[in-house]
Amino acid sequence: MSDSSEPLYAAREPIFPKRVKGTFRTLKWWIMGVTLAIYYLTPWIRWDRGPNLPDQAVLVDMAGRRFYFFWIEIWPQEFYFVAGLLIMAGFGLFLFTSALGRVWCGYTCPQTVWTDLFILVERWIEGDRNARVRLWNEKWSARKARLRVTKWVVWFLIALATGGAWVFYFADAPTLARDIVTLQADPIAYSTILILTGTTFIFGGFMREQVCIYMCPWPRIQAAMMDPDTLTVAYRDWRGEPRGKHRKSAEAENLGDCIDCMACVNVCPMGIDIRKGQQMECITCALCIDACDDIMDKIGKPRGLIDYLALSDEGREREGNPPRPIWQHVFRVRTILYTVLWAAFGLAMLYALFIRADINMTVSPVRNPTFVVMADGSVRNTYEVRLQNKHGEDRVFRLTARGNPAYGLTVEGDLFANLNVPANETRLVRVYVTVPAGSDPAIAARTDMRLWVEDTENGDRAYKDTTFNGKEG
Amino acid sequence: MADEKRLDEATGQHTTGHSYDGIEELNTPLPRWWLWTFYATIVWGLIYTIAYPAWPLINGATAGFLGYSTRGEVAKEIEAHEAANSDLVAQLVAADMSTLDASSDLHRYGVARGASVFRAQCSQCHGSGAAGAKGYPNLLDNNWLWGGTMEDIMYTVRHGIRNDQDDDARYSEMPAFGEILEAEEIEAVVAFIPTLAASEGGDADHPGAGVFADNCASCHGDAGKGDREQGAPNLADAIWLYGGDPETLTETVTYSRYGVMPAWGPRLREEDVRAVSVYVHSLGGGE
Repeated sequence: MSDSSEPLYAAREPIFPKRVKGTFRTLKWWIMGVTLAIYYLTPWIRWDRGPNLPDQAVLVDMAGRRFYFFWIEIWPQEFYFVAGLLIMAGFGLFLFTSALGRVWCGYTCPQTVWTDLFILVERWIEGDRNARVRLWNEKWSARKARLRVTKWVVWFLIALATGGAWVFYFADAPTLARDIVTLQADPIAYSTILILTGTTFIFGGFMREQVCIYMCPWPRIQAAMMDPDTLTVAYRDWRGEPRGKHRKSAEAENLGDCIDCMACVNVCPMGIDIRKGQQMECITCALCIDACDDIMDKIGKPRGLIDYLALSDEGREREGNPPRPIWQHVFRVRTILYTVLWAAFGLAMLYALFIRADINMTVSPVRNPTFVVMADGSVRNTYEVRLQNKHGEDRVFRLTARGNPAYGLTVEGDLFANLNVPANETRLVRVYVTVPAGSDPAIAARTDMRLWVEDTENGDRAYKDTTFNGKEG
Repeated sequence: MADEKRLDEATGQHTTGHSYDGIEELNTPLPRWWLWTFYATIVWGLIYTIAYPAWPLINGATAGFLGYSTRGEVAKEIEAHEAANSDLVAQLVAADMSTLDASSDLHRYGVARGASVFRAQCSQCHGSGAAGAKGYPNLLDNNWLWGGTMEDIMYTVRHGIRNDQDDDARYSEMPAFGEILEAEEIEAVVAFIPTLAASEGGDADHPGAGVFADNCASCHGDAGKGDREQGAPNLADAIWLYGGDPETLTETVTYSRYGVMPAWGPRLREEDVRAVSVYVHSLGGGE
């Protein structure tokens, strides 16, 4: 019984991924460079929007409740654009997962990208796999301490840059950078930097695959999007087995292509053996493909013992037939449907973006009370009108009420129906529409009304339909 | 129920020893950091309940050593808010209300502050939309019993109407004509009053015209247009505080009316008296 008394908890098994070269590794370096560059550099891109508006290309202005993205400016009530983008991101993820498996996990997930970067630093400082294993097993010495501390310091600096870059998306980057350095920034900026520095340092340096296996829900969800046509990283066991090292032995002819060199296991950042088949831990980073291809080249066997494979091809391949071409796996009802949905949302949002009016007006009739009788018997309705000026300078708008010749419009606190709305602001005004005693709208329960607003500068017009409540209402 | 732990050959994993109906549970060890995280949350939870109000006692609860309370937070927010607005409040208290610029920030602040004062103190009688009710004046229209300039409104708010606790309160009293006039005379004058709105001075040939001239014109004026000096309503316009139908008019003439408004000067802060006046003035009837 003692041999089977496994503990309920286990310590993390350290993983020492070996350096690898090849197609997918090169691709991953490029993706890492591009994604990190986007992340670190975006806040520093300048974009001239005229006076009174920030000149940062991408800015989430929480205090001002605006989101700036190059030429697009999103106001809070247009948040559906963000919701739409999230839906598109969702469908995009579904599409890629159903076509290529966990390609998000393997190539672009921040956890993968930063872990990759941290492993790169680790290798520069402590050496490749074998040196790192040796160092791990060594007793603490001055050398070990020096290497460890150097590594941690570099990791920490990367983590600090990562946490630091995040806050630049929420304020003018050059100003905030100066404030941070001179200790004048908001405590929220410092605590955000501190928290993100901590998570980056711990997740990238120490937890790595634990995040994917135990913390991230996405690996569990994506099984629903995968089917036998999904391309995933897999081992052709019908070609590789039985595996064996002893190529010169008598039974060598019976052996498969796998020489059990462990190259695929040694490079795996998740610490698994892909030859055991599909596993929950596998993020399909494809590094084992590069490692195995390298070995196959060296022993003069064809590449692709480990490869992007679709489960539906297994039967054909076992019978010695070639797999179906990749496009047949990728283009299928499911992926086409995801693409259509993704594109539909994208087009709908583009359409919504282009028909967006420069003048935004909301009109809410005051219903408490619905109408007021004035001393001379005329009937007055009140409307709360909200006018947005999305321009970088002050604008004057003129309001008119149409729909019945009796309508007379005045603005509270203003002799003329002209409204000055400051740059990039919203103004709320009480607007009165009065009709003479005995006129049609005064007597009827409800009469249609159209409120027009005109930009006195460039003549842009917009309208909102509402109603006028008479005495019968 | 067997509770023997053994090595499962198919998976190469050990069992936990839990077996139900012959189905055994495999032991897939959780990471140890997960266990430590779990313990850490317990410790965190304990510290949290000591730091913040948490444990219920018979009278109340433990206060927590950080001294945090939601009431305290609200008080702090109110304090911060008042500090932020202290400039505007000082300006409002010092301002000459009769010349307050309607497009100024101070005016906007007065309207916003006055709106909340109004909702708390005035809406019970005048309605949340300030439309009034029978006996409670509508503050949205352009008809005022005692005047609709900013100064007039402020005076009314400060001292009230027919308020015997304030010697400066606006005061007037209409006699109950039921004790003075005959029923026929009341009937005649009630029939005459609507003619005031139709033409200047009303229908001079009407049997009620004489009764009106003798009894009502001294306060309401010869043409029935009222007198703000004594809060006498305009009888020639389209607005009626209690109602303009013969039945209500008969009741008003017979028994009189005596609407009372309390003085808000002693109850509200100076800035609130001013702010609520700005608000009422801004509702569309201000003069």
